[in-house]
Amino acid sequence: MSDEALIRTRNLAREYHMGDSVVRALRNVSLEIGRGEFVAIMGPSGSGKSTFMNLLGCLDRPTAGEHWFDGVDVATLDTDQLARVRNAKIGFVFQSFNLLPRTSAIDNVEMPLLYSGLAPDTRRQRASERLARVGLAERAHHHPSQLSGGQQQRVAIARALVNDPLLILADEPTGALDTRTGVEIMAILQELNARGTTVVLVTHESDIARFARRVIAFRDGEVRADDRVAERHDAAAQLSAFPGEAA
Amino acid sequence: MNVLANLLVALRALRINVLRSALTMLGIIIGVGAVITMVAVGSGAQDRVSAQIRSLGANLIIVFNASSRDGRARLGAGTTYNLTEEDAEALTLIDGVVLTAPTVRGGAQVVNGADNWWTAIQGVTTDFMAARDWELVAGRAITEEDIRAGAKVVVLGETVAKAVFVNSDPVGSMVRIKNVPFDVVGVLAKKGQNSFGQDQDDVALVPLSTARKRVIGANLQTRPTGVAQILVKLQDGADAKVVEEQVTSSLRQRHNIQPGAEDDFNVRNLSEIMEAREASQRVLSYLLAAVASVSLLVGGIGIMNIMLVSVTERTREIGLRMAVGARRRDILLQFLVEAVTLSLIGGIVGIGIGILASALIANLAGWPTLIEPLSLVLAFGFSGAVGVFFGFYPARKAAQLDPIVALRYE
Ligand SMILES: Nc1ncnc2c1ncn2[C@@H]1O[C@H](COP(=O)(O)OP(=O)(O)OP(=O)(O)O)[C@@H](O)[C@H]1O
Ligand SMILES: [Mg+2]
Repeated sequence: MSDEALIRTRNLAREYHMGDSVVRALRNVSLEIGRGEFVAIMGPSGSGKSTFMNLLGCLDRPTAGEHWFDGVDVATLDTDQLARVRNAKIGFVFQSFNLLPRTSAIDNVEMPLLYSGLAPDTRRQRASERLARVGLAERAHHHPSQLSGGQQQRVAIARALVNDPLLILADEPTGALDTRTGVEIMAILQELNARGTTVVLVTHESDIARFARRVIAFRDGEVRADDRVAERHDAAAQLSAFPGEAA
Repeated sequence: MNVLANLLVALRALRINVLRSALTMLGIIIGVGAVITMVAVGSGAQDRVSAQIRSLGANLIIVFNASSRDGRARLGAGTTYNLTEEDAEALTLIDGVVLTAPTVRGGAQVVNGADNWWTAIQGVTTDFMAARDWELVAGRAITEEDIRAGAKVVVLGETVAKAVFVNSDPVGSMVRIKNVPFDVVGVLAKKGQNSFGQDQDDVALVPLSTARKRVIGANLQTRPTGVAQILVKLQDGADAKVVEEQVTSSLRQRHNIQPGAEDDFNVRNLSEIMEAREASQRVLSYLLAAVASVSLLVGGIGIMNIMLVSVTERTREIGLRMAVGARRRDILLQFLVEAVTLSLIGGIVGIGIGILASALIANLAGWPTLIEPLSLVLAFGFSGAVGVFFGFYPARKAAQLDPIVALRYE
C-alpha cells in the first residue's frame, strides 16, 4: 500500500447547480500525488483550486470521477468515516487561520484531539509538544487576539500537526501574511515535508510556489500544467539571509 | 468524543460569554424559583392543616345543641341542653364509634393568689382526653372517682398553667374557681392554635359532675344530665358520612323528633371542613405554580433563542470542528450539552432562590412553607428537560451545516 500514491484522482469533477445554470468548478482532473511530495497549486481566481482542495480534504464529494486516498476509494466512505479520515490523516491550514477566539493557543491545538478519543493527559502533552515544534511553547496560554498573524498561523499549523497527519492541506496559508512571515511559514512546511509529511498548498505567489517541489496549474477547473520545480527555494536559508534575527 | 469532553467544550463556551449565559438562564431561574416557592407555600398550608386535624383529634365528629324554637324567638346556639349524657352513652353503640365524650362548658376566672386568668372551664368525662388525642405533661388525668364524687380537681391547659403559676409547679397546688378551691392534679400538653386561630391550651378541665355543680348552673336545673356537646371518636377507616347519618337518626329517635321537623342538634365533622379549606388552598397554590411554570416555558424559549444566535455566530467554529474530525453527532451533542448545562445551572440557582424565597415568606409573611425534596428533584429534572427540548432544534441546525459553507461564513 505504501508504494502506491497517497492521492489518486481520475476524471474528478465538481459541478455547482445554481438554479438553471451549472457552474463546472472542476472537470476531468486526473492526478497522482505521491507520499512525501510537496505540491503547490496555482491558478487564477475561480479556477477551482479551493474546490479541488475541499475534495482532497474529504470535506466535499465530487459529482463525478474517482478519488483514492491512502489506498481507499473515498466514495465508499460514509460521512462519519470521512470525519475519521480527516481527523486522523489530514491537517488543514487556512488563509484566515480559523482559530477559536478567546481560546488559548494550546486549547486550539488540542481541539482536534477531542474527537480522537484520547485521554486528557495525552491530549495536553501532544498539544504542547506541537506548539513547541512551531516555536510557540511560551505562548501556549495566549489567546489568538494576543498573537501576531504569523504566530496565529503557526498555532494553526501546530493544530494541523497534532494527529501526525499523512497530508497537510494549506489553502493560501501565506495569503494574509507579509513576505517574511510567509517565508517563516514555508520554512515550517518544508521542515515537515522533509520529515515525510505530504504537503499540498494553494498559492497565488510564484515565489511561494518555489518552495514546493511540484507546481500544478489550474485554469477553468482543469489542470493546465504540472511541472517539477527546477530551482527549489530553501526557506530556512532565506530566513537566515533576512536582515534582523531569525524566527 | 465522549460526553465528558463535550461538557468541557460546553463549559468553556459558556465561560467565554458569562454575562450572556447568566441572562439566558434568568428565565429558568425565575421559573424554577417561582414554582418551588408556590409549591412550598401549598405544601406548607397542607402540612399545617393536617397538623391541625391531628391536634383536634383524628376522626372526630362533634354534636352540638342546636338553637331551639322557643315560641316565636329563636335563641342562640347552645343555650338549651337538648343533648344528655344518656345520648352520649347511646351513641357508643353505633358501628364505627370508638368512644364518646360529653362535655359542658363555661367561662370562669382561675385564681392563684395574685395571679388570675379568665378561661374556658370544661366539664369532662374520662374519655375526653382520648377523644381529643390529648396528653399530659405533668400529674394525672380526671378519673371515674373524681366524677362520681364530684371532686374539686382541675387539669390545667398549658396557657392557663403558665399564666397562674409563673414560678411554681402547678401540680399539687391549689387554685380558686368561682371562689371554690380546686386541687390542680395535672397539666395538659401544648396543642397550639386551632385552624380558627383559637388557643386550644386556654382551657381548664374539671370533672363533668363538678362543673355542673360549681361552675355552670342555671339552665341545667331543668335537665340534670344535659351536656353542651358530645365528641364522637370514629374508628380508623370508618366512613364519617355513614356514622354521621346514624348519629343523626339515633338522636332524632331519642329526642322524639317527628319526620319533617328540624333537628335540635347539629353534627359537625371538623376535619372534613378543614380538609375542604386545605384542598382549596392547595388548588390555589398549585394553580399559581402552573402559572409560574409558564415562565419556565418562556425561559426555555429564551435558551432556544440564544442557542440559535450562538450557532449563527459560531458557524465558522462549527465548520472548523467538522473539518478536523467532529462528526455531526459530536456537534449536535456539543450544543445540546451547552443548552442543558445552561438550563440545569439555571435550575440549580432557581432552586436556591426558591428555598430562599420560601424561607423569607415563612419569616416575613408568617405563612407556613414546606419544601419537599421531591419537588426539588422534579424541578431539577424539569429544567434539564427544558434544556433538551429547546436546545435540540438549534443543535440540530448546527449539526446539519455544510462544513465548507460554514468555514467560509463571514
Ligand atoms: N458553493 C458554491 N456554489 C456555487 N458555486 C461555487 C461554490 N463554490 C465555488 N463555486 C464556484 O466554483 C468556481 C471555483 O471556485 P474556487 O473557490 O474553487 O476557486 P479558487 O480557484 O479557489 O479561487 P480563489 O483563488 O479566488 O480562491 C468559481 O467559479 C466559484 O464561483
Ligand atoms: Mg480559493
